[in-house]
Amino acid sequence: MTTATPAAPTNQLGFTKQDYVGSKSTLCAGCGHDAITAQIINAAFESSIEGYRVTKYSGIGCSSKTPAYFINQGWGFNSVHGRMPSIATGASLANRNLINIGVSGDGDSMSIGMGQFVHAVRRNVPMIYIIEDNGVYGLTKGQFSATADKGSHLKNGAVNDLPPIDPCTLAIELGCGFVARCFSGNPKQLNAILKSAFAYQGMVVLDIISPCVTFNNHDASTRSYKHVKDHDFPLHDLGFIQYSEVEDVEIAAGTTEVVAFPDGSKVAIKAIHEGYDPTDRFGAMKAIHESMAKGEFLTGLLYINPTQPPLPDVLNLVDGPLSSLGESDLKPSPEVLDKIMKDLM
Amino acid sequence: MTATLATPMRPSGAKTRINDFSIQVATVNGSGSQTANTVLLRAIFQMGVLVSGKNLFPSNIAGLPTWFTIRASAKGYVARKASNEMLILMNPETAKEDIAKSDAHALVIYDEPLQLDKLREDLAYIPVPFQKLVTASCPEPKLHKLVKNMIYVGVAARLLSIDMEEVKKAITKQLKGKAKAIEINQAAAVAGYDWAMENIQDQDHIKVVRDDKTQGLIIVDGNEACALGALFAGVTVVGWYPITPASSLVETFIEYAEEYRKDPKTGKSNVAIVQMEDELASAGVVLSAGWAGARSMTSTAGPGVSLMSEFIGLGYYVEAPGVFFNVARTGPSTGLPTRTQQSDVELCAKCSHGDTQHINLYPGNMEECFQFAYDAFDLAERFQTPIFVVTDLDLGMQNWSSRPFAYPATPYDRGKVLDQKQLAEIKDWGRYKDVDGDGICYRSLPGTPGGKGSYFTRGSGHNEYAQYSEKPEDYLQVVDRLKRKYETAKTHVPTPVFRNLGSPKGVLAFGSSDPAVIEAQDLLAEGGLKTDYLRLRALPFTAEVDAFVQEKQVVYVVEQNRDGQMANLFRETYPEFATKFKSILHYNGHAIDAQGIVDQITAFEQQ
Ligand SMILES: Cc1ncc(C[n+]2csc(CCOP(=O)(O)OP(=O)(O)O)c2C)c(N)n1
Ligand code: SF4
Ligand SMILES: [Mg+2]
Repeated sequence: MTTATPAAPTNQLGFTKQDYVGSKSTLCAGCGHDAITAQIINAAFESSIEGYRVTKYSGIGCSSKTPAYFINQGWGFNSVHGRMPSIATGASLANRNLINIGVSGDGDSMSIGMGQFVHAVRRNVPMIYIIEDNGVYGLTKGQFSATADKGSHLKNGAVNDLPPIDPCTLAIELGCGFVARCFSGNPKQLNAILKSAFAYQGMVVLDIISPCVTFNNHDASTRSYKHVKDHDFPLHDLGFIQYSEVEDVEIAAGTTEVVAFPDGSKVAIKAIHEGYDPTDRFGAMKAIHESMAKGEFLTGLLYINPTQPPLPDVLNLVDGPLSSLGESDLKPSPEVLDKIMKDLM
Repeated sequence: MTATLATPMRPSGAKTRINDFSIQVATVNGSGSQTANTVLLRAIFQMGVLVSGKNLFPSNIAGLPTWFTIRASAKGYVARKASNEMLILMNPETAKEDIAKSDAHALVIYDEPLQLDKLREDLAYIPVPFQKLVTASCPEPKLHKLVKNMIYVGVAARLLSIDMEEVKKAITKQLKGKAKAIEINQAAAVAGYDWAMENIQDQDHIKVVRDDKTQGLIIVDGNEACALGALFAGVTVVGWYPITPASSLVETFIEYAEEYRKDPKTGKSNVAIVQMEDELASAGVVLSAGWAGARSMTSTAGPGVSLMSEFIGLGYYVEAPGVFFNVARTGPSTGLPTRTQQSDVELCAKCSHGDTQHINLYPGNMEECFQFAYDAFDLAERFQTPIFVVTDLDLGMQNWSSRPFAYPATPYDRGKVLDQKQLAEIKDWGRYKDVDGDGICYRSLPGTPGGKGSYFTRGSGHNEYAQYSEKPEDYLQVVDRLKRKYETAKTHVPTPVFRNLGSPKGVLAFGSSDPAVIEAQDLLAEGGLKTDYLRLRALPFTAEVDAFVQEKQVVYVVEQNRDGQMANLFRETYPEFATKFKSILHYNGHAIDAQGIVDQITAFEQQ
């Protein structure tokens, strides 16, 4: 007697979750980065993302290795340390139909790559920019990064004397229209935010606290699992509603705020932290600063403004991919050259 | 005071130099002299005489000395000539030194209050009351400073017997459509001309006589020529960062793109041009856009290439296409940012850490700037690698006369790119598999539907399937194939150009040295030393270059840097002939001239 194995569930495109996985991870067991990879896979599957349109960019670091571990159907580009944003910028301009995911580390983005991070945000490059934030340089074996909290210790006892740089307030300051902080240990929240991010047209900055179990998970670290769990203050319960489902979904009134995206998708935000309005830019800044002063991590959707034109629109580019334009579209005629030559005579 | 031309002592029997002289104009930068100088140059050009102009300008916006030299040559020599027959001295700061450095017998036009005429007796002085003339000819005092320069154009036109109609035409051309400015400037030029007519004795030292050598020619600079090459090559993504002398390449491209890259109906653009935050980001944009299937470029100079070098190595190793224009300037470091040099030869040949080799194109004139810019995009996509087009400030920013550019007839070569259908048919595709044996693999573009062809690009070790690997055999397979790919390029890059006078002695040069080398070759031949000249146009060295090196007893490598960088590449490539290569160098920031080459080669020959 044989029992039929139940067919794996499929999404709207008919793909199974298996279609969104990548190669096997080679990171340390328990590394926060792997938990993020798992949620990227879930969110892409659940959001029925077309894998062939996905491009995955990264710099250098443990975190930057992870694009190899999800969505094998997409194209990956693991570049050089701190330069992922420019890689994402060029490819997203070459082909505006791509779905761009960048994965970086706190070292990759807040130190060597700070300039590129800042300018990619300022340009509103259409991409999901994930910072897997562990407060250390994992791959080079545990030096402090620029997001390490003042007073936090390295494993060897060294103390960080410098204040941290916060990617979220920085991104809000730079005009980013989708800024969130999450914790790799809170899969539900991360999943909802990633799905919302997939629906967003423009730069999404996600600072995901992601403990490094090998170099920064000890008691004196402010980026250990235990410390973050104890100090995580989720702002709200998020529900993401794909545009195609909108018709069928009822959103309870009351404490729930709804932010609509241009494509018709919606995020339903049920506040936990009283009085937090994620569409209020200055309010968001204030709340983040206040929580940081108390040593807390506010997590959730910190700021959202879905109406900002992404870079290809700012540049007023043609609708289709530039990469698919050919000689007949691009090469001026002999008459044009003739006219230019006459002008130079 | 009425000036009369004091006849300078001239060598007995000296003939009038017809269409064969140099003029140096000394001004203060930011004073609008560039327009006046270009008008003078154009007026001579319109008289049918071949001219070249060299602007020696400071790295400063306003207030520092600047010199412009115009050379007219009946024989068609357009290199800088070290000696000048006419000086126009408008800058009080440098006037005395300019006089001291002047060649004997020069005609010196100067601003009267400078009182230079007592400084030397072997010069002919023409003091001009510029202030008086400008006040009389131009009603608007605030324009006096700008228009003053146009007066010397009029004076010079009179002295050189340039037709005033040509001067007026040149002004109209230069100030395109600005009616008021044209009127004021023409009036100033005429005021200078009329004043000279009345007050200056004619001279028979140097003259312009109408000729037909410029019929149908254009005047252009190399940056514009490269920008046009890129326009016709269909570049669609440009990431750049301003730097002298490379900025005007992209800036000119932007102007053309406004006109020729917009959908007339929607106003939408089919090229993305982004001024990035630095050259690192520019390089990233270029390579990733190329990786994603666009034709992409940047334009920079030495400091920018230094910053880009980590990315260039990535582009080489992951095999991403992109065109990198390097308009070289005088290094090291900030160096002399507004002066010329060919000192990035080794940098561009091997840019980045590890074993890297790059295809470099070295255009030597305006037509080649255009054509090689066009070809560079084909080569980038064919070879899936960064391509350097190396010019310099002299080519890039100076005025050159040129034949009009021929329409680039060859169709675009988009290289080995697999589409959805081809991918579906291939059983065992590997991004880095050398299927054809030429070292060039087949690539796929992100976003190709059909579920096949995706791969992971990485700057770390990889195997033929683009998978991470640290295995020695996988590593060797890739880097040895890259070397084969570079070998393949030898049959695709531009071959050298020869000017052989029939000699076992070789001269080898590249880029902007060409006019000076041609002139030097003629001067040497007049003195009894014949040479064969090979003008190199690309790296890697092609078979023609191999043959030349083998055949010649000696190869004089002419280049504009201190260390003989190209000669070093030759010694490395042809170690068995290492002693054949003798360096002929010029590297003081000024454009290279023929006499310096003649002197150095002669010195070697006398050893
Ligand atoms: C130009 C350059 N400098 C230094 C390095 C060495 N390096 C590799 S990863 C890394 C830090 C990575 O830290 P982070 O981005 O936080 O990633 P994590 O490993 O913590 O995920 C450094 C300094 C490099 N690869 N390239
Ligand atoms: S070193 Fe840290 S960051 Fe790197 S894989 Fe291990 S746990 Fe993760
Ligand atoms: Mg880190």
